[in-house]
Amino acid sequence: MQEAMSFTPQVAASPIAQWLWLIPAVPIVAAGFAALLKQPRRKLAAFLAIGSMSFSLLLSLIAFGHVLVGWAHHAAVRETVNFTWIQMGATHVDLGWVLDPLSAIMLVMVTFVGLLIFIYSVGYMAHDENFTRFFCFLSLFAGAMLGVVIANSLLLLFMCWELVGLTSYLLIGFWYQKPSAAAAAKKAFLTTRVGDVFFLLGIVWLFAQTGTLLFYNAGAGSMEHGALAALLSQHAAFGLTAAGAIGLLIFAGAAGKSGQLPLHVWLPDAMEGPTPVSALIHAATMVAAGVYLIARVYPLMQAGMPLGASGMASTPALTVVTWVGASTAVFAALIAVAQNDIKRILAYSTVSQLGYMMAGLGMGGVAVGMFHLITHAFFKALLFMGAGSVIHGCHDEQDIRKMGGLKSDMPLTFFTYTIGMLALCGFPLFFSGFWSKDGILEAAQHWSVAKAPFYMLVFGALLTAFYMTRQVAYVFFGTWRGHKPAHESPAVMTMPLAILAFFAMALGLIGTPLWPWFRSFLDDHAAPFDLHGFGEPGLLVLMGTSTVVVIGGLMLSWWIYGDREFKADQPDMLEMAAPWPWRLLQNKFYVDEFYAATFIAFYGWWARVADWLDRRVWGGAVTGVAFAVRGWAHLNRFLDMNVVDGSFDKGCDELASSGGLLARIQTGRVQTYLRILALAVIALAAILIWSSRA
Amino acid sequence: MTFIFYLISAVTLAGGLLAVLLKNTVHCALALTVAFAGLALLFLKLDAQFAGFAQILVYIGAVAILVVFAILLTKGSETPKDGVYSKNWPVGLVIAAGVFATLGWAVMASVKALPNQNVAAPAVSVLDIGNALMGRYVLPLEIVALLLTAALVGAVIVAMHEKEEVK
Amino acid sequence: MTPLAGYLMVAAMLFAIGLAGALTRRNAILVLIGIELMLNAANLNLIAFWRYGPHPEALTGMMFAIFSIAVAAAEAAVGLGLVIHIHRHAHSTDLDAMNRMKG
Repeated sequence: MQEAMSFTPQVAASPIAQWLWLIPAVPIVAAGFAALLKQPRRKLAAFLAIGSMSFSLLLSLIAFGHVLVGWAHHAAVRETVNFTWIQMGATHVDLGWVLDPLSAIMLVMVTFVGLLIFIYSVGYMAHDENFTRFFCFLSLFAGAMLGVVIANSLLLLFMCWELVGLTSYLLIGFWYQKPSAAAAAKKAFLTTRVGDVFFLLGIVWLFAQTGTLLFYNAGAGSMEHGALAALLSQHAAFGLTAAGAIGLLIFAGAAGKSGQLPLHVWLPDAMEGPTPVSALIHAATMVAAGVYLIARVYPLMQAGMPLGASGMASTPALTVVTWVGASTAVFAALIAVAQNDIKRILAYSTVSQLGYMMAGLGMGGVAVGMFHLITHAFFKALLFMGAGSVIHGCHDEQDIRKMGGLKSDMPLTFFTYTIGMLALCGFPLFFSGFWSKDGILEAAQHWSVAKAPFYMLVFGALLTAFYMTRQVAYVFFGTWRGHKPAHESPAVMTMPLAILAFFAMALGLIGTPLWPWFRSFLDDHAAPFDLHGFGEPGLLVLMGTSTVVVIGGLMLSWWIYGDREFKADQPDMLEMAAPWPWRLLQNKFYVDEFYAATFIAFYGWWARVADWLDRRVWGGAVTGVAFAVRGWAHLNRFLDMNVVDGSFDKGCDELASSGGLLARIQTGRVQTYLRILALAVIALAAILIWSSRA
Repeated sequence: MTFIFYLISAVTLAGGLLAVLLKNTVHCALALTVAFAGLALLFLKLDAQFAGFAQILVYIGAVAILVVFAILLTKGSETPKDGVYSKNWPVGLVIAAGVFATLGWAVMASVKALPNQNVAAPAVSVLDIGNALMGRYVLPLEIVALLLTAALVGAVIVAMHEKEEVK
Repeated sequence: MTPLAGYLMVAAMLFAIGLAGALTRRNAILVLIGIELMLNAANLNLIAFWRYGPHPEALTGMMFAIFSIAVAAAEAAVGLGLVIHIHRHAHSTDLDAMNRMKG
């Protein structure tokens, strides 16, 4: 149910809040050191990364404890530390970090899952020659993600957001010698860039309207009452208020990062990166950053919604978020049914689950969406790491048609993978996914705007159960279809699997209606152990419905795929039954091809036009100027040499020759001089006489 | 313009002409003496007795002798191989003619301004000249005495080194 | 033509003759002879103007001429001494050959 955020004004920052900046800073510094290491120093690189992450985990736990204590004593904790970064006259741009329940929960999740994946990577990347570089990038990513989590300023969040995108590029393209990996990295970066452009527009608009980019600033922040009221009074196009428009722009950025329709195309290709990267970035943390962003700016998204109304209205921004989320959930689930790469199935599953989270945010509020984010992080990371273990054990094979019967060859992997798979499907009661997904379904059921998202999400749950069972059947059941026999992975890889499996089950406990601790923690009110929690109207019916759907999907898939003997090159059952839909799904609804034909083709044409302009027109102008200058220089030289120098030289020559001429008077003979004297006398006499005659 | 005047003038000019035209340098010196004599007579005609006699004494008695001495000491009596006239001698002639033209034209053009011919002879005696020399012109006299002394000494010095160099 | 004009013409002619000699003869001594003729012509001029000019009793022209004669004598002595000296070095009195100051 939608509830109003009612935090009391912030208290002064406690010591942990003041040192909160260490949490992202230490991994970044570790990354800096690791960047300077030579490749053979693996132990040191791993030590730096894991050490810094452990330190961050410790600090996050302390912070979480502090917030928990505050919550338990009914003294709301939202502590911020802000500072001015740029001062331009009267306007100033501030940065800062915040410690409140939302950021505390996220901090613990990111550091804990991150630490487990780091440990896992030590085993997975043991044979890779670029081990050191990998850990450097991992640390950098972790620091950037933690920066996104604690940011109190939309600008600081954006900066860390871009850094996260950069490290994602570096890690997806880690094996850059593979052309497909390099292309996938480029695709990820560019697609998220498209979203980021709109995000930046939203930031600029927000700053222009409210004069601040801080979220919380003792009443003056952009997520606080004064700013929101100002935003609501401004009207933009299409009947939106400024608040709604800015919310939509920010959602565009989140859609890019979280792989919502239509910017989802990069996520499946991002599976080119190593499996730990997929686990960390594209399951648990980076893609969750988009959901986290929406949760952070939720007051903005929610602004203008009538409070406490029984009709449960929604703002335009949240409506868009819901529809996009629901569509993505179904779209991606459909495609996942027809994929044959073990990681790609999980990738589309991630896209689908992110759609669920967005829909949950849109319909149910921060707590609903965030709960599914937290549980998803754990079981998706588990699934990816399990897939990595499978790939490692099958000697780098990734096609599920070439696997099979691994439940006996890799029992620990099989056991933990199954737990993760059941959590993802939402198998009732013991698995966290059930509770988080049900939270979303419940919110959808009560959504007043439309009922369609509810049915779409239920259909999506059916498909999720279906394709996950298909995958498990192909990989772990039947007989081995590969070439070399498979083997279990080492303990350094299976231990994290076990830990995550435990949490995949246990986390459900904090979100049941019996004890809605998670929601209470985030919304800041007491969490009683409510035995009548299940007594809410329609809740039991909903739980029953989702149970039926999940088990139905499971059984259907098992009936088609379970325990059968396949051959490696045999086409899929469904493919044989319905080839045309199968091909459509397998080719991802041809979205990539559509983009290539339209946007990318246009862009290529535009780039060619720009190139022609640059080379011919601008380059021609520059060349023309260069020619003119050269011609001018030649003319100058000609003038200088012939006219100036020439005249000067001629003058000097004439002077010299005239000197020579004059010297001829000096014959050295006395009589010559006498003659000249006599001539002068004549001349003088003539002048004198003439002048006296006048 | 009396006949005497023309005669003496002719002699003088003839002497002068010969002095510059003759090949043999000694003959030139003798013609020069004739010209000096003619000039002395002209001085006497002009009632400048003292100047006339001074001319005879100094010019004919000293300068002409000096010239002859110089000619003899420099073997000037030998005829030079290249001829007696210098290079481009017509140019010199033209220039001299030009000078004469200028002077003559000046004289003839100012005939009207010149005093008439029947001016009485001045009553001047040698006593007057002596008085003037000792009175009004005593300074130039002394200076000329100095000059003559210097010239004497100078000429001796200039011509003296002959003895040393011959050794 | 007045007597004065006559004497002046004679003096002019003599002067021109002396100048021609000085300018056209090779021998240095003949140049000196020419110079002596020029000096004498000037003396004639002086005496003529003394005779026919105003105030002959002032004896200006006469004095001038006398001093001129004296100086001419000194100059002739020195000049001829120089010619002898030059002859000693160059072993000739040919003026055309003496162009060491050429240029």
